[in-house]
This record gives sequence, C-alpha cells and structure tokens, in this order.
Amino acid sequence: MNVISLSDMTVFYGPVRGVSGVSLTVGEGEIVALIGAIGAGRSTVLKAISGLVKPREGELVFRGDDLRRIAPATRVRRGLVQVPEGRRIFPSLTVRENLELAGFGVGGGRAQRRERLQAVLERFPLLGDHLPRLAGMLSGGEQQVLAIARGMMAEPKLLMVDEPSLGLAPQMVESVYDLLVQIASEGTAVLLVEQNVTLAFEITNRAYVLQQGEVVLSGPSSELADDPRVVAAYLGRAAASPAAGS
Amino acid sequence: MARNRSALIALAALAAAAILPETGQGNYVMSIAVQIEILMCLVLGLNFVVGYAGMLDLGFAAFFAIGAYMTGLLSVDLHWPILATIPPAVGAALLGAVFVGLPTLRLRSDYLAVVTLGFGEIIQEVVTNLNQTGGPEGISGIPPLRIGGLVVTTNDGYYNVFLVLVLVFVAVSFRVRHSRLGRAWLAIREDEDTAQAMGIKVRRFKLYAYMAGSVFGSITGSLYGSAFIAIAPPSFGFNESLLVVMAVSIGGIGSIWGGLLGAGIVVAFPEVFRQFAQARLLVFGVVLVLIMVLRPQGVWPETGLGLDRAARVVAQFRGRRGEAVAARHRAAGVERTP
Repeated sequence: MNVISLSDMTVFYGPVRGVSGVSLTVGEGEIVALIGAIGAGRSTVLKAISGLVKPREGELVFRGDDLRRIAPATRVRRGLVQVPEGRRIFPSLTVRENLELAGFGVGGGRAQRRERLQAVLERFPLLGDHLPRLAGMLSGGEQQVLAIARGMMAEPKLLMVDEPSLGLAPQMVESVYDLLVQIASEGTAVLLVEQNVTLAFEITNRAYVLQQGEVVLSGPSSELADDPRVVAAYLGRAAASPAAGS
Repeated sequence: MARNRSALIALAALAAAAILPETGQGNYVMSIAVQIEILMCLVLGLNFVVGYAGMLDLGFAAFFAIGAYMTGLLSVDLHWPILATIPPAVGAALLGAVFVGLPTLRLRSDYLAVVTLGFGEIIQEVVTNLNQTGGPEGISGIPPLRIGGLVVTTNDGYYNVFLVLVLVFVAVSFRVRHSRLGRAWLAIREDEDTAQAMGIKVRRFKLYAYMAGSVFGSITGSLYGSAFIAIAPPSFGFNESLLVVMAVSIGGIGSIWGGLLGAGIVVAFPEVFRQFAQARLLVFGVVLVLIMVLRPQGVWPETGLGLDRAARVVAQFRGRRGEAVAARHRAAGVERTP
C-alpha cells in the first residue's frame, strides 16, 4: 500500500514555478530517493508534503486520506515527519529536551512519552550517553543521528529525510544510511532527498530524478545507477548532448 | 557543574538579600532595593516572552499598569483588600494579552516589537486621559497590604513582600522552563519553522508566553500600587518597558539569574554613579555599552557564568597546558581528565 502519493503536483512561489506536474509514491517499508541538483525542486516537494507550502494543483494522499486541507502540525501528528536539511536541531537545548520536543504533537500521557523515549534510545544507543549535553556540542554526525531520532520520536509512518549526508564524514554517512535502512525494514516509508547520487542509489529501492521542477526520470535505483541521463540531470543538458549525438 | 555553581552563587546572594533589612540600612538604600526587586519581578515576567519564546516586547509596562490600576481602582473606590484585587488584576491583564496577542502573534520580531510598543503607549494614554483613572494625576491613597492580621506599612515590610514575590517567580520560572511548555517556547525561539515541523502549535504557544508574562507583570503592578500608595501614568511608560528589556538583555536573554542581576545593574548603577553628578546617566550609558560589547551574551547567560572558560584562559595564560586541557574537558562536560 502506498503511504504517500502525489499526483500531478504543481507549486508556485508567487509568480515563480517551484515544481510542476510531480507524481511520486512511497510504499510501506520502502526507501525512495528523490534526487536532483540544487534548485531542482527537491525541498519544495518535501515542503508540499509537510504542508509548509500550498500546492496550486495536484493531489496529495496520505494513507488513503486527502491531505490538502490538513494543517502542518496535524500532519506531524498523523505520522508524516520530516528530518530537515541541515539537521536543524535546537543547539541550546539538551539532547533529551530535543527528543522530548519531537513527540510534541503526538500526545499521550507522561508514561507513554517516557516509553517512546526509551524505545528511541534503544535504537540510538549513541544518544543515551549524551542526554544531558547541549545538542549544539555534539559532532555533526551525532547531530544528524539526533535529528533522525527526533523524527522517530513522532512515530512516523512516512519519514522524509532531507540531505542527511550533508557535511558528514563518509563513515558517518554510512552509519546514518544504515539507520535509514533499518527504519524502513521495520515498515516505515522513507523518502530520502539527496544530492549524493551514488550513495542514495545504493540503499534505496526506487528513485525519482528532478530537473528544473519536473520529474525527468524514475525507476528502480539499480537501473538508474548506470543511466547516463542521471548525470545529465545534474550537469545540465550540455553534458548529455555527446551521448545523444552519438 | 556550571549549573550547581550558579545555584550556589544565587543562594549566597539570596542569603545576603534576606538579612539586608536587619543590617540597619537607611531608607535610601532600602527604597533602591525595593525598586530592584520590583524590576526583578517584571524581568521574570518579560523573560517568558523575550527570554523563552524569543519575541521582542517593547510594551511590557502595559501589564504592570493594568495590575497597578486595577488594584488602585478596586481598593480606593470599592475598598477591596489589596490581596482580593490581585485576581481581577490578573484577569484584566490576561484579557489584554489575548486581545493584543491573538491578532498580532503571527508577526515576527520587528513587527511584533512595533505592535507591543503601540500597546504600551495606548495603555498609558488611556489611563492618562480617563477620568476614572484619575487622569494625569493618577490614583492616590491606595491602602496598605494586609495579609491576615499583618499590615505592611514600612519600606522594610515591602522589601520582604517583594523578596518573597521574586522567590516565587523564580521558582515558577524554573519549573516552567523544564516543562513541556518551556521546551516548546525555547524551540520556537531557536527555530520557529522546525518547531512547527515538530508539531508545536507556534502561535498558540507564543500567546501562552505573552499571557504568562502578563500574569507576572500584573501581580507586580498590584503590589507596586500598594507599596507606593500613589500611582500615576508616567511610571508606566515606554521608559519602564525599555528598562525591563534592558535588564533582560544585559543579564543574559533567557537566563533567570542573569535577569535578576540585570535588574540590579539597571537600577543600582545610576545610583552608584551619583558622584558623577550631571554626567551620571552618560556614565551609565557608557557602562551599558561596554557590558554589551564585552559580553554580548549578557553578564550571566543561560549557559552559565562561563567560569570554566575563564579558568581555561587563565590557565593557558600561565602556560599550564594540563590545566587548560582539563578545564576545556570540564567545560565540554567530559568527566575523564587526561
């Protein structure tokens, strides 16, 4: 079953077109990559799903419900959770406070919230040692783990992760990706937005390639990995022309 | 560790404050002390808004005024006891907070500051021009505070009353800071968009901050009226609002201890500088600028006094590498020393 499905979505920022005619689905337990160069519209798609921008056209269905008229906070409560680009943790709050904030909209009593925290700490043992520390004092990789853990606190059905590899050491990227694979294997749908194509293709089932606000390619990641058109989408049409010409 | 040290210093200051009336200070010192306490109470109120939720409020004196005038009117015209006037005063302030907050809290930073500035001015204009509030002359003959059989009439008495109020406000502030409410406010202050993405209803929580501030402000105003017997519009103008903002930022935005220290600095320094005669406000201004240049995060910021960092600098200066490293580790919260 599709956890989220976008069809023919168009978003405008004032007179400027952000994305147009984007269709995309992510199923339960699936990791899907959304890739593209800077400015291709990746973040716009995420914002539209989270409700931070209103699409002008198109449908947005989350687990069978039309999402278009649902407020962002309510979307979070229903399990539509975003791990923002640049991690965006709260640096002058402690790690524990960051985590506690995350389950904010989800509700439940004190005991339930504590249980949720325990469950997340079991999955991310690294954070357990750092609970009383200020989140700003963690290393970049630890902060990224915290950002994902914070996302998991909200018990997501769909976890959207925006460029988790940004500014991380390669080793750290791998362990962050392992986390995502593990999260997906437990049934959560994961939508991964990346610039780092090679890495993204390695862990995802399928991928969509955005170029200038439109989906130009989509399919199983293993097939796309060798497709020269992916490179073209990144480097512009000029790079594609030799291949097209030959 | 830094937190424990902060608490120790604060406790020592509290002990000193508690015995101050017993040390036989003159009326002058005691009245300055009462002024400091009143500003401390206001600072703790504004701290919810500016310190925790990160919204600039330039009209905080409005809530102070609402409290003082409600108490003045009810106690002088209707002969209510002072304590009984506090609930209606708080109620009126809450109404004011909601009235201003609902339409304006979608604004951010600068725009919000302008609106709150306007609100402060409006309240001052209203009490200046309304016959019922005594016009420019204000209200006089506000009766003393009675608690059970105890009637507070002396300066020392009000000093103790406000000391208790400061303590209660500090306790509430700490409690709230470490609650869900406090965490939500800090999240909004740090990153409004992410806070919203976490599922925090940003506008609602901003309104809560505004309301919490108005409660502290109006209670302080009520007792202020009783302590000073007479109240008049000039005490509730932009200057007063600015003084509170100044104390908060000099002390360290969001820091409870810092705010208290800031209140002390803002009230006491102009008095200390009396030896400079006419130049005293100039000297005061220069000192304020110096403080902000040397410690832009405030004298006593949220993250602690930074004594660990100071120790590190000193140790490095003396060339003791080992101690410098140890101090750095302590500052970073690492227990192990190399």
